Amino acid sequence: MSRAILYDSTKCIGCRLCEAACAERWGLPYDEKVAAEEQLSAHKLTVIQTHGDHFDRRSCMHCLEPTCVAVCPVGAMKKTALGPVVYDESRCIGCRYCMLACPFQVPSYEWSQPLPRVRKCDMCYERQLAGQLPACVEACPTGATLCGERDDLIAEAERRVAENSDQYHGLYGVMQAGGTSLLFVTAVPYEKLCLQRPLPPQPLSVLTWRMLARVPDIVVVGALLLGGIWWITRRRSEVAAAEALEEEP
Amino acid sequence: MSRWLGWLPRTLWQWIFWLLILGGLYAAYVRVAYGLGGATNLSDRFPWGLWIGFDVLCGVGLAAGGFTLATIVHVFDVKRYRPILRATILTAFLGYGLVILALLFDLGRPYRVWHPLVMWNPRSVMFEVAWCVALYTTVLFLEFIPAVFERLGWVRPLGWMRSFSVPIVIAGVILSTLHQSSLGSLYLIVPDKLYPLWYTPLLPFFFFLSAICVGFAMMLFESWHSSRAFGKQLELPLLASMGRVLAVLLSVYLLIRFLDLYHRGVLPRLREPRTETYLFALEAALLLVPMVLLFLRSIRLSPARLYGCALLVIFGFVTNRLNVSVTGMEAGSGVHYVPKWTEVMVTLAIIALGFAIFRFAAQHLPIFAEEVPIVSGRPVPLAAAGD
Repeated sequence: MSRAILYDSTKCIGCRLCEAACAERWGLPYDEKVAAEEQLSAHKLTVIQTHGDHFDRRSCMHCLEPTCVAVCPVGAMKKTALGPVVYDESRCIGCRYCMLACPFQVPSYEWSQPLPRVRKCDMCYERQLAGQLPACVEACPTGATLCGERDDLIAEAERRVAENSDQYHGLYGVMQAGGTSLLFVTAVPYEKLCLQRPLPPQPLSVLTWRMLARVPDIVVVGALLLGGIWWITRRRSEVAAAEALEEEP
Repeated sequence: MSRWLGWLPRTLWQWIFWLLILGGLYAAYVRVAYGLGGATNLSDRFPWGLWIGFDVLCGVGLAAGGFTLATIVHVFDVKRYRPILRATILTAFLGYGLVILALLFDLGRPYRVWHPLVMWNPRSVMFEVAWCVALYTTVLFLEFIPAVFERLGWVRPLGWMRSFSVPIVIAGVILSTLHQSSLGSLYLIVPDKLYPLWYTPLLPFFFFLSAICVGFAMMLFESWHSSRAFGKQLELPLLASMGRVLAVLLSVYLLIRFLDLYHRGVLPRLREPRTETYLFALEAALLLVPMVLLFLRSIRLSPARLYGCALLVIFGFVTNRLNVSVTGMEAGSGVHYVPKWTEVMVTLAIIALGFAIFRFAAQHLPIFAEEVPIVSGRPVPLAAAGD
């Protein structure tokens, strides 16, 4: 069992209280100017985007098998048992492979800092450990953002979609890239809402693991093959040298 | 006054060199003082630019001559390639040194560059690349150090090194195979972002094979330049045979590349009038033209034409790596990336540094000499090893 967040775009009124609560939780400045920015960045880790009549919420998706966790060379990204994907700043070397690889384009970088960090939502891991709700969930006045066990939230989302099938397009986050801990029920197709390309149902890390799993084979076969060729060529020149000696009178 | 004039650079190339180094130093200052944001045009949407695309991906590839030639000479025992082994190993060692230098500019926290060695994540391609590059740079150092021992006349360590040379070479070949291909594997994780002309499950294989191709091209390139600078030239039959091997390798590469495009059904995309198509055409032409030319005997028997073909292959290779890392990633990221002057300056300064160190080493170390046989415990004196 792990924690997840369910966002219901039909209940969202775009009040941006979640944005403000998130900024406060991270100690980031929040004013009208920041509120008007509709992109994730190092100083805005939860974003409400306006798409005509619809709202969409952007933050880390907390994938069940996160791409960032798989690609990080130093293990700075971790999927916790509780659900959140957390970042250990003390390990990070700043290669930014997590940013390149994330299929949701979530991690941001402190580009202007001399000692930059990767920034992303951690689903208020510390607060949740202490039994509190994530700041954005606590701040939401309409219940558009809920936090709970992932299985319960999926059941709740499916119930909503089944009861009001004319109102909802469907549920997003159960399957995409191996499943996410952020679940969405929306009135329009989710991919259309956030311009997300359709993702395969399996985690993206299987694509690189397929290659990495071969490393021991390449080492063993390579060593045997090259060693064998070397032995044969050396033996051949030894024999040739010995024959040349014999032929001399 | 005239005393100070003596310090000024004397030739045009020296002027260019020092201007590039000065520019590089200023760019380095900008990088340190203003961070990645001030020194690059990178963004959250486009986190890898010229320093990864050129300095790292091309730098590692252009140094692939080292392991290719070490295999030919040490494992397959093809003796006639021996005269260029030293120079090629030196280039590779320099190449990897400069790649690591460039990486220090690119990493957000360069002083933690050693972290992957102690903080493991074996599921990460980057982790594997980091380990392979660290180990292989050590291997190249061990392969090159005998030249220094010879210059110093240290017989005993020379003997030790010789007895270990084959296992070291084999380790180097395996490490190179792994990380040359893994630089391609880095992009396997972005099927939704990399443009289909470049995204293929065969990326690791293509990176590996094209690295071997450019390894041969670099050997021809170096041979030409060392003949111009030091009057030490390889015999033409040897160069011609390298040209022929390069032609065969290129045709295998291009054949599989186009078969892959066909099987993935992306050939029709070549009809779309967009930047990706044009730059793909450029990449393909830069490899196809020298391939055809190198199959012609008249081309292979002229050192200048061989050099011209090698240059085309090198440009084709660089275009491919930049296409994967920049051109192919732009559409998927939704932003347009043009490197900032500081990014270009650092890159140019690093290339200049590479040329200068190679020249210095070629003048002071016996890299164009045959390996010295150890006769009765003393190395045979080296003629003209110094200036």
